[in-house]
Amino acid sequence: MIEFERVSKRYQGGFEALNDVSFKITRGEMLFLTGRSGAGKSTLLKLIMLMERPTTGRIVINGHQLDKLASRKVPQLRREIGVVFQNHQLLFDRSVYDNVALPLIILGYQANEIGRRVRAALDKVGLLSKEKVNPQTLSGGEQQRVGIARAVVHKPPILLADEPTGNLDPELSRDVMHLFEQFNQVGVTVLIASHDLGLIARLPHRLLTLRDGTLVRGVGNAETERDYG
Amino acid sequence: MAETIRADVRKSAASPRRINRRDRFAAYRLHHRQIARDSLLRLLRHPFSTLATWLMIGIALALPGGLYLVLDNLTQLGGRWDGAPQISLFLQQSVDEAAGQTLQQRLSRRSDVAHVEYISREQALAEFRSLSGFGEVVDHLDANPLPAVIAVRPLVAQSGAEAVQKLFDEVKALPEVERAVLDMEWVQRLYALLNIGQRIALALALMLGLGVILVIGNTIRLAIESRRDEILVVKLIGGTNAFVRRPFLYTGIWFGLGGGLIAWLMLTVCLTWVDRPVAQLASLYHSDFALKGLGGGQVLAVLLAGAALGWLGAWLAVGRHLGAIEPR
Repeated sequence: MIEFERVSKRYQGGFEALNDVSFKITRGEMLFLTGRSGAGKSTLLKLIMLMERPTTGRIVINGHQLDKLASRKVPQLRREIGVVFQNHQLLFDRSVYDNVALPLIILGYQANEIGRRVRAALDKVGLLSKEKVNPQTLSGGEQQRVGIARAVVHKPPILLADEPTGNLDPELSRDVMHLFEQFNQVGVTVLIASHDLGLIARLPHRLLTLRDGTLVRGVGNAETERDYG
Repeated sequence: MAETIRADVRKSAASPRRINRRDRFAAYRLHHRQIARDSLLRLLRHPFSTLATWLMIGIALALPGGLYLVLDNLTQLGGRWDGAPQISLFLQQSVDEAAGQTLQQRLSRRSDVAHVEYISREQALAEFRSLSGFGEVVDHLDANPLPAVIAVRPLVAQSGAEAVQKLFDEVKALPEVERAVLDMEWVQRLYALLNIGQRIALALALMLGLGVILVIGNTIRLAIESRRDEILVVKLIGGTNAFVRRPFLYTGIWFGLGGGLIAWLMLTVCLTWVDRPVAQLASLYHSDFALKGLGGGQVLAVLLAGAALGWLGAWLAVGRHLGAIEPR
């Protein structure tokens, strides 16, 4: 589902954010991407989203070989990936409902279908009662959950999250992780970047650990090691 | 391994977008309507700055539009003589009525002449009295000061300007004729002036049209800047460039359409304002000339021109500035 093959990313000025990174994530897997800040987690997610292009190496996402993907096909790729941002990236000029509906509008769903799906997604994150509210008036945890609802409302096969529990207290963090596990149980491939090691350690998922741009551990998948070892 | 991944992939990729074509089209149309409405509401949320922009565009459209109207009316005025020129021969005082009649018959035998009319001194005086409004003045005169006139209408079939000129030169030289006037001259001059006027109007329209595009482009640039966050989010969740562009194009159209509406209002007010004096002037000339206002087609043209310029300005601005906003 997500495949990196000897991927490096060097920014202008010579900073090497990722160095020869290879891994493979199969469909329906859930895993954590960890490492200190600056280790390359965000860069890796940006490469998946095609917000950046790798300096060298090959990336395949959901069947799209990214180096061969024309820029006009980039929106198509992004529609197959739901993203939960650390800073939520909600729009404060419209209601919670309209925020969550945005991906469906982009995909060209009909109004009644949009209503049904938005409410289902909001129900899932426990915010059905807040659909008419402006997200600005919500707490940080609630905003994060609106962001999650928006990421999953169009049922993308891949879900990415960048520090989704960054600003949340432990209890809310557990709730959010539990939500991600629920999506994973219905077949969504989930990749969560997080440095909240205490929380991650208690969850039974594979780890990808980055240190200074290289992958150090967690490719506990024998096949992958044989492929790229 | 890779094969199984690809097979899985194909299965899941199909799931979020199982929408048939007709539903998609209906949703697309609805989306357009919503974007159109939403972008208009956005404009109305800042009524003063929007009105200022509308006025600016309105003035820029009304200026060439007004000039066009003036030219159109002058053309109408010139058109009354319709290129059928008339030569008026004012006869010498010494030529009596019988000689005048003879001259009339002689002229009417010419092949390049369509019609010749003899107007005696008495007829001329009667006509003057009834039409000029100076009838009482005439009554106080001892003698009739007016000369007899022969009105010659050249044959239209050969009324090339040169043929008419040749006829004019010939009849002017007749000994009975004191003075000859070719009525076509002022029509020709008018048309020459109108031709210049039309070019000025076109140049003005082009320059002001460019101005409208720049004004709208700049306004749209500010709108893009103020919606930067939204553009980033939309791009991140897979909105195409067309999707991102759409609200701004509608905004441009609304600006242009509003400007066109204001231009139309301005022109209508101006027309109403000068309508009475023009009617008065026309009555002084015993003319039933009336100002020609904007026809339905012309109103539509002003509105469409506004909308098209708005769209174009927005399109240029969006093309220039949207590319710079990419998620990082």
